Amino acid sequence: MTGTGRLLRLVLRRDRWIMPLWIFGFGILPYVYIAGFETLFATAQERVDYARVSAANTGFIALYGPLHGDSLGELAVWRGGFVPLMIGLAALLTVVRHTRADEESGRTELVRATVVGRYAQLAAALIATAGASLLMGLVVAGTMIGAGQPVAGSIALGVVFMLSGWMFAGVGAIAAQLTSSARSARTLGVVALGVSFVLRLGGDVSDDREFLAWLSPIGWVHRVFPYGENNGGPAVLALVFAIVTVGVSAYLLAHRDMGAGLLASRLGPATAAASLGSPLALAWRLHRGLLFGWTAGFAALGLVFGGVGSSVVQLAADSGGVDEVFSRIGGSGAVTDAYFATTAAVCGLIAACYAVQAALRMRDEEQSGHAEAVLSTSVGRFTWGASHLIFALLGPAVALLAQGLLAGVVHGTVGPVLAASLAQLPAVWVLAGVTMLLVGTWPKMASLAWGAIAACVLLLLVGSLLEFDQWVLDLSPFTHVPHLPGGTFTPLPLVLLTAVAAAFGGVGLLALRRRDVPR
Amino acid sequence: MTEAIDVEGLVKRFGAVTALDQLDLRVRTGEVHGFLGPNGAGKTTTIRVLLGLMRADGGTARLLGGDPWADATALHRRLAYVPGDVTFWPQLTGGEVIDLLGRLRGGLDPKRRDALIERFELDPRKKGRTYSKGNRQKVALVAALSSDVELLVLDEPTSGLDPLMEEVFREVILEEKRRGDRTVLLSSHILSEVEALCDRLTIIRAGRAVETGTLADLRHLTRTTIRAELTGPVNGLASITGVHGLTSEDGRVAFDVDADALEPALKTLVAAGVRSLISQPPSLEELFLRHYTKSEK
Ligand SMILES: Nc1ncnc2c1ncn2[C@@H]1O[C@H](COP(=O)(O)OP(=O)(O)OP(=O)(O)O)[C@@H](O)[C@H]1O
Ligand SMILES: [Mg+2]
Repeated sequence: MTGTGRLLRLVLRRDRWIMPLWIFGFGILPYVYIAGFETLFATAQERVDYARVSAANTGFIALYGPLHGDSLGELAVWRGGFVPLMIGLAALLTVVRHTRADEESGRTELVRATVVGRYAQLAAALIATAGASLLMGLVVAGTMIGAGQPVAGSIALGVVFMLSGWMFAGVGAIAAQLTSSARSARTLGVVALGVSFVLRLGGDVSDDREFLAWLSPIGWVHRVFPYGENNGGPAVLALVFAIVTVGVSAYLLAHRDMGAGLLASRLGPATAAASLGSPLALAWRLHRGLLFGWTAGFAALGLVFGGVGSSVVQLAADSGGVDEVFSRIGGSGAVTDAYFATTAAVCGLIAACYAVQAALRMRDEEQSGHAEAVLSTSVGRFTWGASHLIFALLGPAVALLAQGLLAGVVHGTVGPVLAASLAQLPAVWVLAGVTMLLVGTWPKMASLAWGAIAACVLLLLVGSLLEFDQWVLDLSPFTHVPHLPGGTFTPLPLVLLTAVAAAFGGVGLLALRRRDVPR
Repeated sequence: MTEAIDVEGLVKRFGAVTALDQLDLRVRTGEVHGFLGPNGAGKTTTIRVLLGLMRADGGTARLLGGDPWADATALHRRLAYVPGDVTFWPQLTGGEVIDLLGRLRGGLDPKRRDALIERFELDPRKKGRTYSKGNRQKVALVAALSSDVELLVLDEPTSGLDPLMEEVFREVILEEKRRGDRTVLLSSHILSEVEALCDRLTIIRAGRAVETGTLADLRHLTRTTIRAELTGPVNGLASITGVHGLTSEDGRVAFDVDADALEPALKTLVAAGVRSLISQPPSLEELFLRHYTKSEK
């Protein structure tokens, strides 16, 4: 552990911009929901009605988690049901970035050769992430108490946020030990996150399978019910999980060599297959893992969302009082439509993450020196860039197709559900185009594309609630996607979005031809 | 076309840093040209400009008779490049990388490829990440050398190779040289390698060529060390311009002498009567050290 202090400072320095962003971004989100709901509901009765409808709507439960009460605090916590997932993601990416990614790039070797203990790097990454999560928890508790919410509930919510970070910091630490590349470590971590979400969802939507949610760290987080029951049990479980994962990662670290993972690599072919001889073939080899992984994930989402969709209507029919509320907003058909429109929007945003990730591969290739090797052969910049961009455009299309198709088949109405998913594509392409534009014109800042996605997510989560001006909402391409199923379909916005995406992508590719590589 | 590479007054800036400052470089067709300079002198940058990866801010560059920026893809069919910092895709094996790069370049000779893999004792079945530094370098070398091209651009191609493999590399380059029609631009920090392989060389410092010519030309520019035992007293040696660091003791003298002052210095010694004489030609190391450490301008 010698040298942990110095490495910790290094971690904090490298993350001095990004860390405050997620600490405060997630930290003030519950407060934002409180503020939004306060203006949304004119009377307490309206709020109670809203809570009653929501608590009985399986679709909402699937997306946001279970809802037990109708107080302002409980509603805010419930609507922020995605936030623990996002905190988990931030935490695990931070840990991987400062452990496996460094080790892969050889920086660790430099550091470990100095007077630094074996565990120092892992310890520094974990302490930084745990500290950031703690700070985020304090921000949550502070802002919520400041907003006049009950003290016990606010502290419980702060603890929930903090533990979400701690648990997935541990998961990230284990993933970093198991794999030998940062990319596979991230993938493993995200898969763990996805599995926890799906288990949670599966357990929450049906009473006789609730045990599923108890198998999931995300499920525990939802079972604390801040401002309601303020359960300590699930929180203790989460804390134990965090401690165990960290312990396991330290054990794994002690039992492997530097640079190696525990999942060993195998030998491959001595010559290239005849097909591996073009930039596109190379791009296929580099992107296919991503494509298969994302498509499998989207297929799973499709099955889950489709399966849950069928019970939305059933549940509505079962509970008489709720039915009346439903009919006020357009009948049970409208509820199903709203549900599938929401899931499609969520899938669209996730697909945009895939698009950005795939387009940023180009930047990885440039920074690792691989691009230099390819561009010194008779492959031109345009061809090279396009060979990657095509996967950023078609990959999300395949993923959304899989999701929409499976959701539709499971639900029993393929057309409208599939159309809702595919309608997201032009907006997804805009983000791929933005990424290409950045890679071409401002490569050092290419990862700003993630910021663009974060902005879209934020606008979707709180934009309408906080009654932002329309022009602000219009900045997100997802604002322009027709509300399907249920809404009226107009092709014009989709055509325009596609044109914008094409313009961004085209300018990016042309700019790539004119600049230095690597830059 | 007798010049494979013709660079004149090349300027390249990175923000405030001027990496290349009026650089001149001429490489004749069929020669092995050494490209030397201290770290950060601008070797890699020059090579990237020559490959059309970077655009120059000033000066002219011609490569195989074409414009390296505008005609990049066409020119790249006729050359092969070993980058200074070699890393390959973790998903691909060494063998796949060799074949892929060869095909992207426009084709490779499978027989030559196999022969090179054998000579470099490379296991082509390993995946990118699992190669050691030296073995990654071998993959890059085999990939470049397997194609039948006019020009090889090698940026520190032997960094990380063990002495045995370094020897194999030299043999291969000497074979290429014997064919007479392949041009090689070899950036290197290994002086014995440059001495063994290069016909001519260019030394750059701070983005400028400070010396260019054959090894013999360059040697000529430097000092020979003379040690002599004399039978009688010697006069006037110190006053010859070009004699440096003279020491004398009990009839033994030692000094360094510039090439043009060699004759008068020797005449003076002979006049005094020589019992024994040792003359040491300038070592390459000294030559470089002088160029590398010379103060600005
Ligand atoms: N992409 C870049 N951005 C900014 N500065 C750069 C860039 N590439 C090179 N430089 C700078 O240009 C100068 C020349 O670098 P270059 O890599 O060409 O040196 P070199 O002669 O190859 O050195 P070495 O022997 O260490 O390989 C250095 O000062 C370097 O810092
Ligand atoms: Mg270099």
